[in-house]
Amino acid sequence: MRAEPTQTFTSLGRILALIQPLIQPLIWPLAALALLLLFNLLFTPNFFAVEMRDGHLYGTLIDILNHGSTVMLLALGMTLVIATGGVDLSVGAVMAMAGASAVQLIAAHSWSMPAAVAAALGLSLIAGMWNGILVGYLKLQPIVATLILMVAGRGIAQLITDGSIITFSDGVTAFTALEFLGNGHFLGLPFPVTLVVSMLALTALLTRRTAVGLFIEAVGDNEQACHLSGLDPRLVRFLTYAFTGLCAGIAGLVAASNIKCADANHAGLFLELDAILAVVVGGTALNGGRFRLLGSMVGALLIQTLTTTMYMRNISSDLAPIPKALVIIAVCLLQSPEFRTSVARIFRRQEARL
Amino acid sequence: MMPVRFSLPGRYVSLAATLAVLILLYVAGCLSFDRFASVRVVVNLFNDNSFLGIAAIGATTVIISGGIDLSVGSVVAASSILIASLIGHGMHPLVAMAITVVAGALFGTLQGLLIACYRLPSFLVTLGGMFFIRGLGFSIEPQSLGITHPFVSETLINDLALHFGKGVALSSTASLFLLILLIAMYLLHQTRFGRSIYAVGGDEASARLMGLAIERTRILTYAFAGACSSLAGVAYAVYTQSGDPACCVGFELDAIAAVVIGGTLLKGGVGFVVGTAMGVLILGLIQTLIAFKGDLNSWWTRIAIGALVLIFILLQDRMSRFRPPANATATTKVKVTVG
Repeated sequence: MRAEPTQTFTSLGRILALIQPLIQPLIWPLAALALLLLFNLLFTPNFFAVEMRDGHLYGTLIDILNHGSTVMLLALGMTLVIATGGVDLSVGAVMAMAGASAVQLIAAHSWSMPAAVAAALGLSLIAGMWNGILVGYLKLQPIVATLILMVAGRGIAQLITDGSIITFSDGVTAFTALEFLGNGHFLGLPFPVTLVVSMLALTALLTRRTAVGLFIEAVGDNEQACHLSGLDPRLVRFLTYAFTGLCAGIAGLVAASNIKCADANHAGLFLELDAILAVVVGGTALNGGRFRLLGSMVGALLIQTLTTTMYMRNISSDLAPIPKALVIIAVCLLQSPEFRTSVARIFRRQEARL
Repeated sequence: MMPVRFSLPGRYVSLAATLAVLILLYVAGCLSFDRFASVRVVVNLFNDNSFLGIAAIGATTVIISGGIDLSVGSVVAASSILIASLIGHGMHPLVAMAITVVAGALFGTLQGLLIACYRLPSFLVTLGGMFFIRGLGFSIEPQSLGITHPFVSETLINDLALHFGKGVALSSTASLFLLILLIAMYLLHQTRFGRSIYAVGGDEASARLMGLAIERTRILTYAFAGACSSLAGVAYAVYTQSGDPACCVGFELDAIAAVVIGGTLLKGGVGFVVGTAMGVLILGLIQTLIAFKGDLNSWWTRIAIGALVLIFILLQDRMSRFRPPANATATTKVKVTVG
């Protein structure tokens, strides 16, 4: 596969031209990610060390991919919901519900793994549909409508587990199978990565290769125009929230399988905020109308890299929220036209002085 | 437009519904349990929910102004650890309290500045604020810290409490809650600032056309809410006689739930702090009822609160449908702001 230098050059240029529209909108989150990685390259020893053990890859970078997978899964659904001009605060609670129901069904009712997983995903789909009905058909404000499930969902999860933390018991085949979701390996990479990639591919196919993506953006952009052009905004909303519920369910199963227990209190706690942050960092506008799936993925990776960097530099996990907060505010400010004009004014004043 | 909407009797319907639920829950409790109909239950209701009440009053003003404040729980936690740490360093509790409340108000002002001047979504700014102040609280003191100063353990807990005999006493924090409630009612209903809050939340474009200082109103509202949240932190520190940077996770949701149950519209422009106080008491009553019942698990509280919030939101939603459609005026307003 050795090519002549000139040929390499032109094919490189062709590849660049191909991926340029993909990269262009992601330039800011990618730059931030590159900056963070550069910092680690210079100051954190062994950050980029990746080794192969028993055919599986291990290392900090792989850990970032692995631990970032739950937020990436949540961010997939959240991107679509935010693109319709809404938001889903209940994803963390739905994660807890999904994990709790799957583990409880196996532990107390000795269901098989596929049946338990299907039941948990069904429950999270119903949770998403509930949000979809409230937002789409009853026209409640998304923050409020999903707040209800955010508050009540954790209660339901605790109801399912009867208030206790259920750990995976050894020797139960269904649990061993469920463990694969969070701890298994596929093609040398942790299995959650495969899940994320396939869900991303599925979502991208559904939204970008069919008209669904256009519908979602239309609803977020102008609901009335969307209605007048014969599209039912209620149905589009309903479906996006249902899809987000499903994504949250998968994330909940991965999270439960990762720590080998179902913890109704802490599973997915505050992850809705991380997911929203990932989506916003990735360049999806909060008031809806356009979305970037790849951007959200980069955003989720950025957040996870930030968290991992802090752990590796021995910064207390309690202080971890501070840089996250600064990132949120900085990204918001960069997107604000008022801020841009005021900064531009300062620069112009300096030019005038010169 | 604005005075007409407010003179509709409909503005009181939601408040009446809240009051009805409160009375219904109380009567249900009295009928089901022998010792429910006592002064102790009522007084404890105020004592145990005073800090939630103070925080919810701040949240009400923000929501009436059309925004939302997600930083409440973190500010309460950070304030409680700040005051505990200041007292631990030998400062008099009153001075420490003043510093804490000023710090809270300053933090609120900062959030308000970002929201009002750069037109950032309040939801995101206060989300960032929530992370930031939570981390800041941990940087003051990573663990919970007890308060042993005699002014707190004697004067505030005992001497300033209103004793009703038989060991029943309305704590000083409950009195503080009622005082803040009165101040907020005065601010919202009797001052120009209060009317501006309603106007900004009801319809920002017309408020601007009326020449109201929208940015100033917004910033002051968040400053007031920040002060309320840190006062709630002070009340929490007095109530538990300690400060804890890890406490009150998810507390903002309780506050918002109280506001919603109290009949304040989350769209902004409509609502009463009295309703919020009733909402806080309803949340407290649910907890008391479940505690009295004994065999019900505490997570039923979350489900009950979720169900109540849903009912109230649906009720408000149906009621706001009765108003004439505002579409025609909305488009002209957009044109005016653009032009």
